[in-house]
Amino acid sequence: MPERRQTEPPHAAERSQQTERPMIEIRDVTRFYGSFKALDDASLTIKEGEFFSLLGPSGCGKTTLLRMIAGFDNPTSGLISVDGQSMEGIPANRRPTNMVFQSYAIFPHLNVEQNVAYGLKRLRLERSEETRRVEEALAQVSLTGLGKRLATELSGGQRQRVALARALVMRPKVLLLDEPLSALDKKLREQMQVELRRLQQAVGITFVLVTHDQYEALAMSDRIAVMFGGRIAQVASPKEIYQRPVNRQVADFLGGMNFVKAEIVEESGASLVVDTLGFGRVNTDKPKAFVRNGGAATLGIRPERLRVLWDNATAKFEVAGKVVERHYFGEITHLIVEIPGLEKPLSVTETNDFGADDIPVGTSIRLAYDPEALVAMAD
Amino acid sequence: MTAMRRFLASGWLSAYAFVYVVFLYLPVIFLPIFSVNSAATPKFPLSGFTLKWYQDLPRNPALLEAAWNSLVVGVSAAMLSTVLGILAARSITRYRYPGRRAINGLIMAPLVLPEIIVAISMLLVILQLGLSLSLFTIVLGHVLICVPYSMTVLTAGFEGFDRSLEEASADLGESAFGTFRRVTLPMVAPAIISSLLVCFTISLDEFIIAFFLTGTEATLPIYIWGQLRFASKLPGVLALGTLLLAASFLLMTIAEVLRRRAARRTQNEGGLHA
Repeated sequence: MPERRQTEPPHAAERSQQTERPMIEIRDVTRFYGSFKALDDASLTIKEGEFFSLLGPSGCGKTTLLRMIAGFDNPTSGLISVDGQSMEGIPANRRPTNMVFQSYAIFPHLNVEQNVAYGLKRLRLERSEETRRVEEALAQVSLTGLGKRLATELSGGQRQRVALARALVMRPKVLLLDEPLSALDKKLREQMQVELRRLQQAVGITFVLVTHDQYEALAMSDRIAVMFGGRIAQVASPKEIYQRPVNRQVADFLGGMNFVKAEIVEESGASLVVDTLGFGRVNTDKPKAFVRNGGAATLGIRPERLRVLWDNATAKFEVAGKVVERHYFGEITHLIVEIPGLEKPLSVTETNDFGADDIPVGTSIRLAYDPEALVAMAD
Repeated sequence: MTAMRRFLASGWLSAYAFVYVVFLYLPVIFLPIFSVNSAATPKFPLSGFTLKWYQDLPRNPALLEAAWNSLVVGVSAAMLSTVLGILAARSITRYRYPGRRAINGLIMAPLVLPEIIVAISMLLVILQLGLSLSLFTIVLGHVLICVPYSMTVLTAGFEGFDRSLEEASADLGESAFGTFRRVTLPMVAPAIISSLLVCFTISLDEFIIAFFLTGTEATLPIYIWGQLRFASKLPGVLALGTLLLAASFLLMTIAEVLRRRAARRTQNEGGLHA
């Protein structure tokens, strides 16, 4: 179920550098490892200044794709271009991308300053210019004054900042982040999510993040590509991905979802009319990737889109049922409600400000819902 | 009661530890003691302090030649074994292939083979090949017994060397050679130097293989062996032995310090959760 974020979401007004110009283009990229297909005909366009996330379970091909953009791996077939230039045959050290590694890969024999200046040395800048850029990068990641520390004397969070500064100081066109927050504890991770997003807004560089944490992707990204088994299942904004997943797999991966069997009554270009046993007749948008398979369809509704109706309150759309289980999670309570006619009980997430945590198991209750929240999806 | 028992236990344990160390080092202590004794025969009571045995050492051309031979053999064996050790350790820590463990075991095996058997076998092979015995054949023999040590030291240094460090260097624009020079080499240098020192020390002290594989030229241990026939030369041998002992001790200490530093470096990098 979705947990409430303690941290504020970044302000939409800050999004200024994003343009419609494509920065990374991935065309029909397939990658075989022996007979294993790590990436299956992936195509994707990432725009300039965008914070883009590749989200999926381990082994879905997201890291393979990221490493191909960086130049550590090459497609078996297909094309990758960055800023309009094909990356074919261009090694990692000549690409306009920089990477923050999962292990951070901080050079342990160098101090913080030397780590950050590592890539600049090749550029043979004037000494004062180099110092200025290193200072600037350290300031960007709030590490001012720690330049002389040895990498081995830093905490996990600080190492991460060094890795970030070391990449940003190169002023890449694209910054690639490979599960950068996975080694941090929960609190620090949430703090870094906000900071990373702010940083991206401030520098205006295209960020490509690989993560298996759906909240991380939802909290930081402009757009997300959800991947399963080497294929890209859906590319959309966080809200769209969460609210209108194209199939059950995506819906499940992004958080709790109640699935309801439905019977198609009418299908037109953009909408579907379906009959369900619990929710009656529902008129819903037809998802883009919808492929009709006989007369059946699946509807989904998120647990937090169902609301308990107290006492005599009524709603235009409601379903009645009985509480069969109750799970307490501090700020929220998770109710399992059996609805006559539905084969699986519904999960309902309620905040605890009205006493949902006191509803006894066995109580008959009514639930309000918005038919808009019922979305049709492919199986 | 428990305090009493603990006292007894710790008391006995300390006593045991003391006897243990005495047993290990008492014979070794005799060497420097008699080497500064003015009498020509090593027995108590000591007759007086002198450094003349040490002062006589450099006046002996045969000894100087043996020392030079030992140096040449030691340096050659150390470099050759370390190069081979680097290749083997890199392969074993970096790549996964069938037979990796078996190969590792085979390289380590000379550690537990009886040295005299190794020496005789090598002698047979060398004579079969028609090579004449020389310092070079000693080097070959020493490489054989040094490689396992070299590989042990280097594997410890290479393990935990995060491959993404080299990728990070490339990502930051550095060429393959630049990456080797600026990242790989500094990271593994302590382990390499440590391996060189360990191998040199082993070669310097080794007697049996050198004894079998040498032609007319003697290394220091062979020279010492030769001197033992003459009772009057014994104090000089003791002085030389003391110097060898000190040199070995010093080199091994430096090697161990470097090995630990290398291991700490790579392991620190491996730990993500600081």
